[in-house]
Amino acid sequence: MDLKSIDALPTDDEREAIERVLATQPEPTRDLLLPVLRAIQARVGFVSKGALAHACDRLQVPPAEAWGIATFYHLIATRPAPRTVLHVCDDVACRARGSERITKALASRFAPEAAAHHDACWKRSPCLGQCERAPAALRIRAGEPVEERALGGLDAVSAMDALRGETIAVPAPASIQQPRDSLRLLARVGVVDPESLDDYRAHGGYAALRRAHELGASWVLREVSDAKLLGRGGAGFPAGRKWGAVASQPARPRYVVCNADESEPGTFKDRVLMEGDPFAIVEAITLAAFAVSAERAFVYVRGEYPLAAARLEHAIASARRRGLLGESVMGHAQRLEIEVRRGAGAYICGEETALLESLEGRRGEPRAKPPFPVEQGLFGKPTLVNNVETLAAALLIVRDGAPAFTALGTPESSGTRLFCLSGDVTRPGVYEVPMGLTLRALIALAGGATHGLAGVLLGGAAGTFVGPDELDLKLTFEDTRRAGATLGSGVVIVFREGTDFRAVVHGLAGFFRHESCGQCVPCRVGTTKVDDLLARVRAGTPDGTWDDERDRLRELGHVLREASICGLGQAAASALESATQRFAIWPAAMPTPTPTPSNGGKA
Amino acid sequence: MAAGSPTDPTGRLVTLRRKVQLTIDGATLSVSEGSTILDAAKSLGIDTPTLCFAQNLTPANACRVCVVELEGARTLVPSCARRVEPGMVVHTDSARVRDARRTVLELLASSVDMSATPKFAEWCERYGARPTRFGTPTPRPVVDDNALFVRDYAKCMLCYKCVEACGDDAQHTFAIAVAGRGAHATIATELDTPLPDSACVFCGNCVGVCPTGALQFRAEHELREADAWDESRQSQIDTICPYCGVGCSLTLHVQDERIVKVTSPVGSEVTHGHLCVKGRFGFEYLGKR
Amino acid sequence: MFGAGGGTSSYREVGETDVVLLWGSNARETHPIFFHHVLRAIDRGARLYVIDPRKTPSTAWATRHLAPHVGTDIELAHAVAHVLIHEGLVDETFIRRATAGFEDFKASVERWTPEAAEAATSVPAALIREMARDFGRADRAMICWTLGITEHHDAVDNVLSLINLALLTGHVGKWGSGVNPLRGQNNVQGGGDAGALPHKLPGFQDVEDDEIRARYERAWGATIPPKKGWHLTDQLHAMERRELRALYCLGENPAQSEADAHRVRKLLRELDHLVVQDLFLTKTAELAHVVLPAAASLGESEGTVTNSERRVQRLRRAVPPPMGARDDIWIIAELSKRLGHDLGTTHAEAIWDEMRALSPMHRGMSYARLEALGGIQWPCPDETHPGTPFLHDRLWAEPRVGPPAPFHVVHPEPPVEALTPEYPLRLTTGRRLSDYNTGVQSGAFASPLRRALETIDLAPQDLVRFGVREGERVRVRSRRGAVEAPVRADPRLPAGLAFMTLHRPEQVDTNLLTIEATDPRAGTAEFKAAAICIERLDVPLQSEPGE
Ligand SMILES: Cc1cc2nc3c(=O)[nH]c(=O)nc-3n(C[C@H](O)[C@H](O)[C@H](O)COP(=O)(O)O)c2cc1C
Ligand code: SF4
Ligand code: SF4
Ligand code: SF4
Ligand code: FES
Ligand code: FES
Repeated sequence: MDLKSIDALPTDDEREAIERVLATQPEPTRDLLLPVLRAIQARVGFVSKGALAHACDRLQVPPAEAWGIATFYHLIATRPAPRTVLHVCDDVACRARGSERITKALASRFAPEAAAHHDACWKRSPCLGQCERAPAALRIRAGEPVEERALGGLDAVSAMDALRGETIAVPAPASIQQPRDSLRLLARVGVVDPESLDDYRAHGGYAALRRAHELGASWVLREVSDAKLLGRGGAGFPAGRKWGAVASQPARPRYVVCNADESEPGTFKDRVLMEGDPFAIVEAITLAAFAVSAERAFVYVRGEYPLAAARLEHAIASARRRGLLGESVMGHAQRLEIEVRRGAGAYICGEETALLESLEGRRGEPRAKPPFPVEQGLFGKPTLVNNVETLAAALLIVRDGAPAFTALGTPESSGTRLFCLSGDVTRPGVYEVPMGLTLRALIALAGGATHGLAGVLLGGAAGTFVGPDELDLKLTFEDTRRAGATLGSGVVIVFREGTDFRAVVHGLAGFFRHESCGQCVPCRVGTTKVDDLLARVRAGTPDGTWDDERDRLRELGHVLREASICGLGQAAASALESATQRFAIWPAAMPTPTPTPSNGGKA
Repeated sequence: MAAGSPTDPTGRLVTLRRKVQLTIDGATLSVSEGSTILDAAKSLGIDTPTLCFAQNLTPANACRVCVVELEGARTLVPSCARRVEPGMVVHTDSARVRDARRTVLELLASSVDMSATPKFAEWCERYGARPTRFGTPTPRPVVDDNALFVRDYAKCMLCYKCVEACGDDAQHTFAIAVAGRGAHATIATELDTPLPDSACVFCGNCVGVCPTGALQFRAEHELREADAWDESRQSQIDTICPYCGVGCSLTLHVQDERIVKVTSPVGSEVTHGHLCVKGRFGFEYLGKR
Repeated sequence: MFGAGGGTSSYREVGETDVVLLWGSNARETHPIFFHHVLRAIDRGARLYVIDPRKTPSTAWATRHLAPHVGTDIELAHAVAHVLIHEGLVDETFIRRATAGFEDFKASVERWTPEAAEAATSVPAALIREMARDFGRADRAMICWTLGITEHHDAVDNVLSLINLALLTGHVGKWGSGVNPLRGQNNVQGGGDAGALPHKLPGFQDVEDDEIRARYERAWGATIPPKKGWHLTDQLHAMERRELRALYCLGENPAQSEADAHRVRKLLRELDHLVVQDLFLTKTAELAHVVLPAAASLGESEGTVTNSERRVQRLRRAVPPPMGARDDIWIIAELSKRLGHDLGTTHAEAIWDEMRALSPMHRGMSYARLEALGGIQWPCPDETHPGTPFLHDRLWAEPRVGPPAPFHVVHPEPPVEALTPEYPLRLTTGRRLSDYNTGVQSGAFASPLRRALETIDLAPQDLVRFGVREGERVRVRSRRGAVEAPVRADPRLPAGLAFMTLHRPEQVDTNLLTIEATDPRAGTAEFKAAAICIERLDVPLQSEPGE
């Protein structure tokens, strides 16, 4: 390409950071752009003109495109920034646990993004995936090496200390709070040493892959299909159909992508799996790659999960050293390399086609479907994209057989599933239960609500609210679908009595406004208008009458759902709409229909 | 990019494309495989609004003003990008479609200055869209950094067309891209460098495809500023570029015996609607004699 | 080619081919919209080879860039032929059926092993082999060239050496394969179509063929000189011999655009009568006895032009010409009338119809059809014919139709002007993207791409070698003249090669330097290969040749 270079030079540090990434690959290909930008960010805290120039020259990426990519991701700064940034969670679960006290305290001392104090600043962040230890934050201190630390259980004082750069003791998350004997997906989490391959094998690791190699790929495909495993990433697509579709494509090469972007507010189950049982994820990916004959796989881990990424990297390296990856997996005729790629602060990159764009070194903007990733995915080739938990479940299916899996759950929603409980619940954490348990029983398992229960957000920001009279809802795909709700990514956020749901839905609207990729008009403009409208609702200052505002909201909901490109826009108003049916969102002055008497849950 | 039709080994155009049968608004029709719903609707004489679509660019799929109802699909689908499949049943004027189109138009008008967008007012009328329903756009300063065209991003609806024309749909210069995210997304050069210092080669192909007048040739911009731009007084005459031997088709837009804009027909086999700096801007010598 | 005088392929095929050899061309800048078609091919996975002594924006898109010394294209082409022949990559059936003279040709390239060519051209033998293999194995492959091939004293041999490669492999006469000169100016092709060639009548009919001439004479009611005329270089020689005394010059600016400008200007000044018809008062017009202000082809005239894919397209009038300027047709007809011959109608379409009546290849191209079809590629023999995307499919007919396509035995010749200790640098000239020729048209718009100063571009090593600094004004001298220009370092140039444009003669009159060494068959000067030296201005001038 006849590219015009940027007229600037990198510093030695920047150059070194870039070259170190390039050295990991045989050729400087475009897909390394995000890793390179991340490496610059990690080293110096922002991407300077000179660093961008060098990255573009080395990767042959047009500077304007690289700029477009750098400015897309919120963890990449494109203007000079302090070395230390404290990302303070400002999202649903943390707010329920009082994070606003922290952000208020910080804001009273320093304007967000501007505190040049101790070469540090703080920023509000969407959910960091640490909701079980809310209020949470993530501190990133650029340098060599970069320090990235998730902090939990914060208060105003410890947050201030963290910002000052002091080392603060973080209690390890006690993510698992239920009796161990019922655990399958989580069986090894907290038991096995996540950094020891031997320990993993001692706990039954690699039995599934051995079995797969013995019985062959088509057996694996049949077993996953017979188990009726439905995707755990949110959409609930039958995994067996997806695997079969990739395996039957004529085109090669094929890829497996493990979706570990987990950014749905209130979700942290994948993190718990990756941090606690990383070898299982590596084995599961190896298994999927075997089934669909892929020789290259990627795990796309959200940028805010340093520990999960490190554990996976370590597990992959150990597995490769021991012949469990590479030219001949377990001495079998399977070839596979797995790479960890990290996101950089963009919820939309969890959407599978946005994720693929991001992996290819582009802006994480969802693609039009069809064609679907199974036909034209990564680099235009057939690609299997599955959620971490889906893959982990597939591992169990292959190890124990489909009947053992379908023995749990309901006929339509088989197996167990991970739920992320947070908010005003006694023991927040990840819970593994057979599908079909009621919401009430699940909350009880977590010790019940702490201060009475005014409502539950089920499925995440893209999910729906459930009222206190709907707790007998069975947690299955079919029951929730019938009730007009969704399990989403397994989020259960409990809200106490007295919760200001206007503030909660306004927060959700802010999340979508912040996270819309901006590609399509309904979502880019619509999410802004919903947010503005809710601000008016909270301020009690309608534009016209409240009836006008109701019409507007209805039409915004319609256009978002019907005309957006991807699930982000399509679901951006669903929680809000469910809230207006259940809670007093509209100002009292206007006639509100009485809260719907549980037509959903009991239908 | 308009896809090339297949050809046999001696180059005779092969028009053996298979036909696909579908139903649109109750009428059953057959169109060639590979056509879009938009193409099919057009062949029935249905006028579909489009903004981000252009015949000579890959569908960007961004504006969503062209959505239609496809039976069996969970949501509406963009007619400009969705290819026909056998047995599709499509509705282009159902309430679902009209509601979505109306709100899309209202959202656009509330966030972008659409005043220079051809047909926009007509569509608003057709769908009963009230342009200020969701507010009014915020003004932005005009970027005036070169002698040949200006960029008035208050009029930019982020249709991606300029980026595609500058990029791999035509010019392959990649001087501009979408930067920022969501509501903060804009069209930008790297670090907002002025165009003359960027990779821009001033082909004006971005201006040529811009549907909203966010990108305007200088003459047009100045006439509009002076309130003297008057398309009813303009004629468009096709001729050929006087420079190199490629022989690009030019459309001269003439107002009051003066060339005020140069474009190229999108259907031209030579140009596909795109020009280089000389063909686009090199006419000024006519007036300097 | 093979007598037809036009590129064999259409642009659309360029976008659908698998291998492109872009030879002596910086099409990315000089033919940008043609290059869009190349880019389409590249996006589809085609391989692009660019042969150019300089690194350019075009070479930046190449799969491989081959950078031969200036004027060693034949050596390189012969080596490609050598590889094709020795590695069994030739299409023997095609050669047997459709060509003539293979054995002689084969013998003539026998000594040009890739290694021998590497010594002569500096292009690594491995690269030559790679290009030859890709070209030979491709289903579809094309050779395209521009002035880098034709602005040499052995222009015709250069072209023939490329055509030989297409004949060896059968890469001609079928969809996606062909040999294509990219015309430098918008109607070079159309001028040829219309008979503005010394040896041709409209439609490429031979002027020295009595029968053909008789047909035209009947139609025109006038006699046509039975001998071919002079092309531009011949004309200059004839002026030198004082045989040619009066010149009617239409839309050309030879005083600036021709090589060895000192000499050209002197010859023009010495004419008994010089009439210049132009849009502008050019340097040539300043020398004229009579100047006829003309309407521009762009927007002020009706007519047709023909592009590099043989597509005849309509010119239309959109604005009135300035006061006093007249349409070319009107001027010519009026001149004719005053000279005693009334040409009758002066309507562009009527003249075109007359051309159609006489030229079989244009016959089917009525104005109505040209407009309806967006131009038509010749030949188009009748009004039902769709036009011809590519030429010479007859070569693929079994048995062959028409005469075989001949191989040509050509021999490499170094540039006329050898480098010497006194003139140690090779000067090559070319265009930049937003400028065109001597800039009389393109100079009028404010291109942000135009540099403030015209420069002489040198390789950084040559700045060191000649002890000059970036930006320093130097004297550039050839055997014919000298100009002053600031130096610009261009790392894309190989050592020993200097680059200048002709775009702004008012700043830097580059054609004072270039050599009027012309291929007798083509009439193009060797703009691409003069020998020069550069001198620091603080060193006094030794001698001032020319004026
Ligand atoms: C806005 C948005 C965000 C998403 N985020 C995630 C995510 O973080 N993790 C995930 O596994 N799936 C996410 N998905 C769902 C994926 O698009 C995709 O359906 C999933 O990765 C498929 O895997 P599964 O079939 O195993 O569930 C998201 C979807 C949307 C629309
Ligand atoms: S719906 Fe939103 S997030 Fe999805 S493509 Fe459209 S703008 Fe992007
Ligand atoms: S003028 Fe051409 S090169 Fe410049 S930004 Fe527009 S499309 Fe790109
Ligand atoms: S500038 Fe014009 S072409 Fe470019 S995105 Fe904006 S509206 Fe579209
Ligand atoms: S970490 Fe704060 S809401 Fe999830
Ligand atoms: S015209 Fe179809 S999405 Fe814009």
